[in-house]
Amino acid sequence: MEPTQSVAKRSPRRWLVLLGILLSALTLSGIAASPAMADTVSTEDSPEDFEYFFTGNVTFDDEPLEGVRITVEGDGYEAETETDAEGKWRLGVPEKAEYELTLDEDTLPKGVVVAEGQATIKSEFGLTKLKAVNFFLGEGQRTTTDIGAQVLIRFINGLNFGLLLALAAIGLSLIFGTTGLSNFAHAEMVTFGALMVLTFGVDLAFPIWLAIIIAIVLSAALGWTLDAVIWKPLRRRGVGLIQLMIVSIGLSLAVRYIYQFLYGGSTRQLPGATLASDIHLGPVSMSWVDLASMITSVVVLGAVAYFLLRTRIGKATRAVSDNASLAAASGIDVDRVIRIVWVMGAALAGLSGILWAYFRPGVSWDMGFQILLLIFAAVTLGGLGTAFGALVGSIIVGLFIEMSTLWLPSDMKYVGALVVLILVLLFRPQGILGRRERIG
Amino acid sequence: MIDWIQIFSNAAQELISPTTAAYALAALGLAIHFGYTGLLNFGQAGFMALGAYGYAISILSFGFPVWGAVLVGIGASVVFALILGIPTLRLRADYLAIVTIAAAEILRLTFTTNTFADITGSASGLQGYKGGFADLNPIPTGSYGFGPFTYNAYDWWIRIVGWSLVVILALVTWLIMRSPWGRVIKGIREDEDAVRALGKNVYSYKMQSLILGGVYGTLGGMIFILPRSVVPANYQTSLTFFVYAILLLGGAATILGPVIGSVIFWVLLSFFSGFVARAVEAGWLPFMSQVQAGQLRFILVGIAIMLIVIFRPQGIFGNKKELAFVK
Amino acid sequence: MSSNVTPTSTPVKTTGLHVGDAGPGCRKVDPILIADNVRRTFGGLTAVDVEHVEVPRGAITALIGPNGAGKTTLFNLLTGFDKPDSGKWEFDGRSLAHVPAYRVARMGLIRTFQLTKSLALLTVLDNMKLGAKGQIGENLFRSFLPFLWRKQDDEIEAKALEILARFKLDTKKDDYAASLSGGQRKLLEMARALMSDPTLVMLDEPMAGVNPALTQSLLDHVLDLKSKGMTVLFVEHDMHMVRHIADWVIVMAEGKIVAEGDPHLVMQDPAVIDAYLGAHHDADIGTTDTEHVEVLKELIDDEQ
Repeated sequence: MEPTQSVAKRSPRRWLVLLGILLSALTLSGIAASPAMADTVSTEDSPEDFEYFFTGNVTFDDEPLEGVRITVEGDGYEAETETDAEGKWRLGVPEKAEYELTLDEDTLPKGVVVAEGQATIKSEFGLTKLKAVNFFLGEGQRTTTDIGAQVLIRFINGLNFGLLLALAAIGLSLIFGTTGLSNFAHAEMVTFGALMVLTFGVDLAFPIWLAIIIAIVLSAALGWTLDAVIWKPLRRRGVGLIQLMIVSIGLSLAVRYIYQFLYGGSTRQLPGATLASDIHLGPVSMSWVDLASMITSVVVLGAVAYFLLRTRIGKATRAVSDNASLAAASGIDVDRVIRIVWVMGAALAGLSGILWAYFRPGVSWDMGFQILLLIFAAVTLGGLGTAFGALVGSIIVGLFIEMSTLWLPSDMKYVGALVVLILVLLFRPQGILGRRERIG
Repeated sequence: MIDWIQIFSNAAQELISPTTAAYALAALGLAIHFGYTGLLNFGQAGFMALGAYGYAISILSFGFPVWGAVLVGIGASVVFALILGIPTLRLRADYLAIVTIAAAEILRLTFTTNTFADITGSASGLQGYKGGFADLNPIPTGSYGFGPFTYNAYDWWIRIVGWSLVVILALVTWLIMRSPWGRVIKGIREDEDAVRALGKNVYSYKMQSLILGGVYGTLGGMIFILPRSVVPANYQTSLTFFVYAILLLGGAATILGPVIGSVIFWVLLSFFSGFVARAVEAGWLPFMSQVQAGQLRFILVGIAIMLIVIFRPQGIFGNKKELAFVK
Repeated sequence: MSSNVTPTSTPVKTTGLHVGDAGPGCRKVDPILIADNVRRTFGGLTAVDVEHVEVPRGAITALIGPNGAGKTTLFNLLTGFDKPDSGKWEFDGRSLAHVPAYRVARMGLIRTFQLTKSLALLTVLDNMKLGAKGQIGENLFRSFLPFLWRKQDDEIEAKALEILARFKLDTKKDDYAASLSGGQRKLLEMARALMSDPTLVMLDEPMAGVNPALTQSLLDHVLDLKSKGMTVLFVEHDMHMVRHIADWVIVMAEGKIVAEGDPHLVMQDPAVIDAYLGAHHDADIGTTDTEHVEVLKELIDDEQ
């Protein structure tokens, strides 16, 4: 498919909404099969069996145009077809409702365009079961976005996504490094940040900056509480790592549905999430929220790096991560380090959740769980337990997911990232920055 | 007033429901993985999805007979286990966890995407594959049973096949776990290096265990779709977690545990959901809506998983001395 | 059963094992294990760098050296539990390069571990039976047909009971291995190794953490292995034990073989004294794991 302006013109977030595969899965119509292939499965649903049809004829200068793609959308139904050698097309629909018909300009020959604003036509059936729809074509030049610009746009988006993943991944990785726990409830810590902004910034109508600060502070408090109430007592009891992991799975499940219980199953927007993209950098346009999000990520990640590399407690954290019993023997207060890691990890996860709410965009009860696997993938890719590995892994995952939409259908883009995870484990099991484990 | 009879009768139906049997099979497979071998398979939902889709697609797209469709499902899960196992079974246990959970999601997303809608039915799934199985039913048409257990011939047929499979596979598991093969498997759970030092090909045994338990999950996935249709949203990660809840409830390294665990799980869940739903209806719980009542069960399962793992890690049937917990 | 199982104050030493002068890498009359240029590095650290070493057949050889000398790493390399960066080594004339651990074990080279690896939640008897080689019932497809493997399993059980009786563990046969004491676990691990009739037994610190009451019995069992025609290679810190039972001593330091020879003579070798003093001048011998402290120090210093 030739990428064109029509793709770029869409709100940069509109296709990002597709990230919410878990949500949309239920509402998407399953019948997108083209009529040509409709004879295999679910014949009762195939467009050829429908009663109502749109038809049309695509010609230019009295020459029929073959292979022009026409799509129909509406009433929860979607289908597409291509014109035949005579330029004719026909699309069946299940209901006598209003539909939007779109002619894909990319499939037109060079130099031919649809009359401005006419590429998508709204149409309704009259008394008959057949409705003719005509697109008006003319000569003209389309401003196409070349492949390089496409790549750049995806790259920026991927970087943004990767950076926000990294915020969550570093916390997960540090918790894994210092306690050995694979914390599945990290997803709920991500969601928590976004929900708190929603509560304070929308429901209680605080100024948004204040709501964000409150949300991050509360996230940190959540981390402190989780460690104090659940994880520290369990460590004291000498509960095994796999048991701890399963406890975190149970916790994740319970908390996630508590969120749904309290906030409902719908997706709500934070203020500013649907701003116009009015900052233009070459072919890339973004809103100031996008830009602020990236800058925030970079600054915070820089601060975390400074903390780990330059401060005493940061170095102690890395020492505990490297070898907890040895660090304890060298006089490091391991419990204190772990508590700090929980507080920091939770605050980072909360921030990541807020940025994720702007990136998707939207706040929903399971938004953290939607990216949990990607966070795990990032941590594993970078090397389990290494903070900088998590950063590198996250950016790779973010970039890969966005770039892969250049050739993968957008509802398959997570698949690509997860396949890469498995492939990396096959060839470099210790992760990209991980060290080979020492035996004996 | 609350209709207690209805609540109890619904709960009682779960005792022998095909869903209970399907989860028991999946949990039994997980017992082989996790309880006996110590493999952290978090992709049991993927194995179940392969059973469901393997069976349905073989029949709908390729017109296979029932036995052919069953073989396709099993074959698919063997291949899936190999793909998962080859990169991860040499690595630390948590890698297998991450890879299996990722792979199960890959499967679910692939079944959900519109790209393959003409084969998978995308989000709306598949139906219309029950004919072949119904034709094998020797029970004459009609309604049989008593009280809450009154079903038509097809429903009885599913239950008979499902529970026979549970009995047979429980027996097989019991036999192999007390054989020298089971001894090696349990040894690997305790310390795979020690077993390796005794000349056993640990990698191969882990792979066998992964395949075997996965096939159990696949068969469970087939039983699961016989009373309903195939919907990809059923194969989310929470399905795997539910199976874990069942396994932990019954006891991870036991044969009866997964089966009884499944029965207890579903009877209690049905009772609880029924009670809460009707209590909300009767206005006993004014702060809760019907929708929220439906979400309570997940919260409950989550909390139950935590409590069991912390306070009774060996499950109801496990022997504390024998299996405190896998390391 | 040989007669010298009963505690003997002076075990019979095997002598005349080497050809020419005793020294690092010297030839043996009848070597069972030969390693050439085996190197293993972890990051920048060279853990093992052995030019040439031979282990004499039918004798008890001790591998000694200060902490961090690479003894356990060498054990892991020889038994296929770790892969060297380079080098070749052979057992009984067969190359062991790229042979996975389980195949090494099947060839008759059985090892034990520094930290006992008794399978805690298996019974003592099951632990023993797991050690036997070539079991029919270990095949998945035959496992659920007990009539195929029952007879062999009974024979294995009889053999296990016989060995357990020798190790005085027969009364514990139905207990979980988790309930045994540290010394009993060491005994169980050694007994389990015998189930496969090995030709070379490699023991990694068999005496570490063993109750003194059991030491004598363990020593006797090691000597008994020799009397049954097996070769023994063991890592040990207890010099008393080394002098008492070893026929030959190999000394490692910083990954290299620095000395070899008769147990009584080798301890006077200046290279050996250097090796021990060199590694321990700033720490109590055997109490602190200096190597790890160094790594930690390095880690913190590096960042400053």
